[in-house]
Amino acid sequence: MNNHNENRAPKQTLTGAELIVRLLERQGTRIVAGIPGGAALPLYDALGKSASIRHVLARHEQGAGFIAQGMARVSGQPQVCIATSGPGATNILTAVADAKLDSIPLVCITAQVPLALIGTDAFQEVDTYGLSIPITKRNYLVRSAAELLRVIPEAFRLAASGRPGPVLIDIPKCVQNEAIEVGEWPAPGRRAPVPLPATEDIERAAAMIDAAAQPILYIGGGTIASGAGAAIRTFADRNGIPVVSTLMGLGAMDADHPLFLGMLGMHGARYTNEALDACDLLIAVGVRFDDRATGKVAAFCPHAKVIHIDIDPSEHGKIKHAHLPLTGDVAAVLDAVVPRTRARPRAGWRAEIARLRATCPLEMPGGDDARAPYGLIRAVARAVGPDAIVATDVGQHQMWAAQAYPFSRPRQWLTSGGLGTMGFGLPAAIGAALAAPERPVILFTGDGSILMNIQELATAVEQGVSVKIILMNNQSLGLVHQQQRMFYAGQLFGADLSVAPDFSALARAFGLHAWDLGDCADPEAAEQMLTTALAAPGSVLIHCPVDYAEHVLPMVPPGAANVDAIDHTASTTVASTKETRHAALA
Amino acid sequence: MQPSRESQSTEAVLELHVDNHAGTMSHICGLFARRAFSLEGILCLPVGDGSTSRMWLQVREYDRLPQVVLQLEKLEEVLSVRRLPESDTTFRALATRHLDPEDHTAADDST
Repeated sequence: MNNHNENRAPKQTLTGAELIVRLLERQGTRIVAGIPGGAALPLYDALGKSASIRHVLARHEQGAGFIAQGMARVSGQPQVCIATSGPGATNILTAVADAKLDSIPLVCITAQVPLALIGTDAFQEVDTYGLSIPITKRNYLVRSAAELLRVIPEAFRLAASGRPGPVLIDIPKCVQNEAIEVGEWPAPGRRAPVPLPATEDIERAAAMIDAAAQPILYIGGGTIASGAGAAIRTFADRNGIPVVSTLMGLGAMDADHPLFLGMLGMHGARYTNEALDACDLLIAVGVRFDDRATGKVAAFCPHAKVIHIDIDPSEHGKIKHAHLPLTGDVAAVLDAVVPRTRARPRAGWRAEIARLRATCPLEMPGGDDARAPYGLIRAVARAVGPDAIVATDVGQHQMWAAQAYPFSRPRQWLTSGGLGTMGFGLPAAIGAALAAPERPVILFTGDGSILMNIQELATAVEQGVSVKIILMNNQSLGLVHQQQRMFYAGQLFGADLSVAPDFSALARAFGLHAWDLGDCADPEAAEQMLTTALAAPGSVLIHCPVDYAEHVLPMVPPGAANVDAIDHTASTTVASTKETRHAALA
Repeated sequence: MQPSRESQSTEAVLELHVDNHAGTMSHICGLFARRAFSLEGILCLPVGDGSTSRMWLQVREYDRLPQVVLQLEKLEEVLSVRRLPESDTTFRALATRHLDPEDHTAADDST
């Protein structure tokens, strides 16, 4: 691919816009999502002539950004979104920031006013370069067509290399129109190799693991990015090490694996957080010790030594001291460390874990009724099977899905973890369906979230994708509502969405089929309706009424230690005490 | 910012080699602002043909200095970061020169 002859071509004169399209084609880009505008017209003119790139017209630039993210989260490859200057750029930035926090490889191309107009407050001019500095891995303002030959492959290389992330390229209209002669093409930008840590550090890690009596593997999004699912399973099985996952790491380990303890942290099961409290070695893999995962840091794994494996050295010691920091691709590091350890079943530690699991399990009330949150999620999973991709929005439905969905493989789970962006779900699910048309795609969303990017229903219908939308409607911003009840003396303010559209009618207005579980008198009828709706062709919406008094439990009050979670028995009595409120404000 | 025993133990001077393009200064200042690192002084000069620059940062971050260095190294435009020895006088010499009323070069600067 990268040999010299392929890169050399007869000299030809191309505009900057044609160059961009040609360079994207050479990267292997098949689908781009975007919305045109004045400054992007030359680029769109060239894009319209591409034989191999399909353009997905979003209905809001944030939707375009999240469609590209959905494709990137499913494929692991950098994906492209496009917006025009000014409002197009500001609209797409939320999706870029979201990709930064979740380390998703994204190449965002924004058009800019001509160079001669920059700084004059021209029509649709905004300083996109300046705005995007803190939310990208790298950003560019391209000043000549010739620069594109360097910048575009470099953007793809940076987006995919090391810790993946978003790269933004701002391209003025005059640069898109500038014609230059091109004789030789640069090699496409690819993920750069990452060196292994020093052998003595790998051996130290193995020795620490062998010396530990009660180790725990704490895995996160880095294990998904690195494709470390198999390495994690092998390690856990061979060494008898229980595994906890962050929100972003779900899917790396089978949910029903006997060594899997589920999600840790704010909405983790009590036994999961208790096990962490008891561990003597924390093997942190592709994680960043986010506050939603650790709770009060001083009380997180207080008796444990820490081995922290991450591709980004600046994560080491950022939040918690690592006794042994290892920098590298986490799958490669595990492949180096694990064979140096002693295989052992750790029966005693596993017995202690089993005891914790039995004494403080994850309670899922309503788990067998498809008209209740947990039961609905389990029933959907049964109906669609293990091949499905599961996207969510942000809120209670997201946490219920994280707790209850039986994940079985990496890249199955698409959720906005770090930034927690409501509105992420629908366009991300569309992106997933575009990237993996052979798989069923499920979206769990809420009545608050779906309205934040509802316009993308038009995109879903236009593109002919099949997204099954499970809309859990509790007529409120549920997680806000829940925290106001728990920590703000029950004063409910600004969280009520009871004046709501008829969501089924809204879906039909966009051309989707819709069902309403509220019409079902019993669990059997609900399960029957779900099965029918999920088997229907094309995109559908299933409206599921949820009681606004349902809480996501357990819940660790913000700022409190993970072992001090409020659970089902305590939620009515502990709620809204002065102490809890103070912890929330800390 | 008098040089004192205390400031010798809490301040460090970092010498950076950076790509010299229009956004470099924004990237570095922005990093300090968004991570709430304390930045007390900056000096920046182009090197050679001007494609790169050398930058000196006076940083009051004793405990978090390793994290400051790691975050700086992560910026694409930062080519290298080095901590200067405590005996380094880059900033102290400038500060005293400008504070000295007898110094004619300092007076010239203000005209």
